[in-house]
Amino acid sequence: MRDIRRWLIAAMLLPPTVGHAYELSDWESVTEAARGQTVYWNAWGGDSRTNAYVDWVADRVEQRYGIDLEHVKVGDTAEAVTRVVAEKAAGNEDQGAVDLIWLNGENFAAMKGNELLYGPWAEQLPNFSLTAPEQNPEVREDFTLPVNGYEAPWGRAQITFYYDSARLEKPPRNMPALLDWAKTHPGRFTYPQPPAFLGTTFLKQALLALTEQPEALYAPVDRADFEAVTAPLWDYLDRLHPHLWHEGDNFPSGGPQMRQLMGDGALSLAFTFTPSVPAAAVLDYQLPPTTRSYIFDNGTLGNVHFVAIPYNAQHKAGALTVANFLLSPKAQARKQDLSMWGDATVLDMSRLSPTQRESFTTESRAAASLPPQSLGETLREPHPSWIEPLEQAWRQRYGAQ
Amino acid sequence: MSRATSYRSIVGVLPWLTIALLSLPVASGVLGAMAPAFGYLPVLGGDSLTLAPWRQLLEMPGLADMTRLSVVTGLASAAISLGVVVLFLGSFLHTPLYRRVQRWLSPLLAVPHAAAAIGLAFLLAPSGWVARGLSPWATGWQYPADFAFPGDPWGLSLILGLVIKEVPFLLLMSLAALVQCQARERLTVARSLGYRPLTAFFKVVMPGLYPLLRLPIYAVIAFATSTVDVAMILGPTTPNTLAVSVVGWLNDPSLSMRFMASAGAILQMLLTLMALGIWYALERLVASLSRHWCQDGRRQCGERWLGGMALMAIRLVLGLMLAGLAGLTLWSVAAYWPFPEFLPWPPTVQNWQAAADDLIVPVGQSLLVATAATLLSLVLVLGSLEAETLKRRPLRPWAQVILYLPLLVPSVAFLFGLVMMQAQVGIRPGLGAVIVGHAVFVLPYVFLSLAESYRRLDPRWSQQARSLGAGPWRVFLRVRIPLLLAPILTAAAVGFAVSIGQYLPTVLMGAGRVVTVTTEAVSLASGGDRRLTAIFALAQLLLPALGFLLAMFVPRYLFRRRQGLLPRSD
Repeated sequence: MRDIRRWLIAAMLLPPTVGHAYELSDWESVTEAARGQTVYWNAWGGDSRTNAYVDWVADRVEQRYGIDLEHVKVGDTAEAVTRVVAEKAAGNEDQGAVDLIWLNGENFAAMKGNELLYGPWAEQLPNFSLTAPEQNPEVREDFTLPVNGYEAPWGRAQITFYYDSARLEKPPRNMPALLDWAKTHPGRFTYPQPPAFLGTTFLKQALLALTEQPEALYAPVDRADFEAVTAPLWDYLDRLHPHLWHEGDNFPSGGPQMRQLMGDGALSLAFTFTPSVPAAAVLDYQLPPTTRSYIFDNGTLGNVHFVAIPYNAQHKAGALTVANFLLSPKAQARKQDLSMWGDATVLDMSRLSPTQRESFTTESRAAASLPPQSLGETLREPHPSWIEPLEQAWRQRYGAQ
Repeated sequence: MSRATSYRSIVGVLPWLTIALLSLPVASGVLGAMAPAFGYLPVLGGDSLTLAPWRQLLEMPGLADMTRLSVVTGLASAAISLGVVVLFLGSFLHTPLYRRVQRWLSPLLAVPHAAAAIGLAFLLAPSGWVARGLSPWATGWQYPADFAFPGDPWGLSLILGLVIKEVPFLLLMSLAALVQCQARERLTVARSLGYRPLTAFFKVVMPGLYPLLRLPIYAVIAFATSTVDVAMILGPTTPNTLAVSVVGWLNDPSLSMRFMASAGAILQMLLTLMALGIWYALERLVASLSRHWCQDGRRQCGERWLGGMALMAIRLVLGLMLAGLAGLTLWSVAAYWPFPEFLPWPPTVQNWQAAADDLIVPVGQSLLVATAATLLSLVLVLGSLEAETLKRRPLRPWAQVILYLPLLVPSVAFLFGLVMMQAQVGIRPGLGAVIVGHAVFVLPYVFLSLAESYRRLDPRWSQQARSLGAGPWRVFLRVRIPLLLAPILTAAAVGFAVSIGQYLPTVLMGAGRVVTVTTEAVSLASGGDRRLTAIFALAQLLLPALGFLLAMFVPRYLFRRRQGLLPRSD
């Protein structure tokens, strides 16, 4: 009882929140309200180049909008989701510690499904139209789920294989060839352990290539015969695993560890979800200078990653302003710059002025990097409901030996 | 209020504050994990009690392996560490070697677990320093061989990693205990009766020493069965220990996994409890089996052989640690460093230059948090120990148990619950919450390191000062604190090192907003760049080392004209 009285008094003493009011339809009012706010952006912090880019963004929004952007480096985006869940459990409705969150796919589905997201707001961002959503429907779709304005596109990713050309002349260019190659090069290939993001992505890539019913993957899993659709995948993995690194008893924790194993020379072939990573890692001394990258002949899995705002974020105006800045031609060009991060843009070049377009053409691409046009053959992400059963089934079969 | 009353009331309150700081977070954290373990978490649609999370947990593939791994690595590492420590003390207590090793203890203890594990992993990995040293001339390897170490399915590398950290800890804890159980006097008597040193140590000193080491050993077991960071770096992956898996489930994007994660957290608590129970039973067994042996009057027991083994073991422990740290230093200056080259050549400062900017904030926040948490703990510990002296009796047994609570309850078991409590009482995540969160873990270590010296202090010093007319504050500040300055500073350095090494409390209580060298090192370890990881691991190691250096040299400086106040090295 005393508690309630204390809260009431505190509520009365608090200044009214007029200073933070804004109208999404009136963008001026958003940037006005954003001034002076501290935006806590929860984003994976495992890559120094990504971190350096976020630092650059923080610098810019400080100068332009007076926003103090803090990069909260999480090891796994789910940590940030956990925090919002805990806050909701404790009845924290408008003082949330997470203002902006970098996510896609499964985390988006989980947050949306549990009503943990603020929105819709993304399509009201002034810069959103630059993505030309009519021509690029993937910016409105996250793992087949409609985004509905609850997150704003930020960048693109696609599975890209890389290898050490000093050790390997002809890398395998499809799934069956990969198996044959692994047999003759035992212990020199592996993939991250699901549910690590990149490991699950590899499962989906393999499943798309191997299954006889690829169309079933684009509908919720409970509408398909999971066993029948995935049988070719398990058959393939059963044959592949004995020839993997550590004979398939152990798996790396994620893409970065796989990159480390490539740097050590333990692996001859690896893959990443960020096409620029091999080139960047050569510059950082992490990979041999003879590293080259390529994608499979029939294309590889690709998707768009987004930023979203939790429903209880304390600094929504600031988060909106940052999200809009991230979509600006300047920020997107900077992000795609290989010397910065190398993450592909979500903007449509046809919507930009010639000078803006100019800033996206990088003169000298490192040898390890792919020419931009080869990123064409993108396979769409399956429905997110497939992820959990796939990971479960994998764990059941290979998780414990 | 007179000064004497203010002293009495402050000293009367501090023990209660201590108890509150230790028990409230742990208790509410465990409750916060307990409710969802039985299906109750309304925000995720769990509003009735059910055993479903437990059923889901029991059906988890590999659960048996995870639990076995946790218990076996925990008990094995504790047993090996204790064995090494006891053999070493018994064989070398009165030799110059003991003094030399003693001097290395504090610096070694200052090495955070994660840094030591990273160093060890680098040393023994297929592409590690040992393999590079032997390749290709001895092994014929042009590329790293394909074997799983660290990360072997038996957990041997994990055990090794725990042992190299636990041996220095137990040695340090025995320093005080040896004096308290009058080891020197016991040994002298036994030696004069013709017992060889090691036999004398086993038969005469151990029965007095072990009870004093019991709580540190229990803390070691609790830590070893539930460690997350060390197991992540050195443990196997299919599957890892239960604690690592619980953190994984907690972070699973599928929110419904959180019920099972909570059940796993409770299971982790039970496992640790079980490991302690097994150890206790073994204790009884060894005690009853050795009773006859202790009294059989035989004067020796394979002294030379056991002594040689002790020497080898301690050399291995210290050698692995130092070589691992040397490896970290090399990585921090390496450009592309292909296998099997033994040294990174030419070295580069570019890694450090690139990291310099990134180091400033984490180092500053680490220092701030560690200093504040240590000071807070120190005040509470001093208050509790003063209260003991005032009442002329040790803490009641239940209060004693509460003091060790955060060391005995696995931290993964109550941290998620702590986040809930934090939001519930409206504490903003940030520096303040992180400092309190660290203090929960720092305080027991400060207490452990300080209590024995404090209790050993001759009460007649205070009585004499009182009889000369000094008030209680004056006695405390001018007599007791100076007499105890060296152990107080050592305890503070231990607490500081513990705080620097904390990962989970920093991330959870700070909502990820507080960045320390440890959170950076761990988050980078997932990023895989060995060079940056090495730089942050080194930073993680240099900060506590600084603390121990201060603890060593401040008394020497302050008491340079009062040599009698300096601790005798015994």
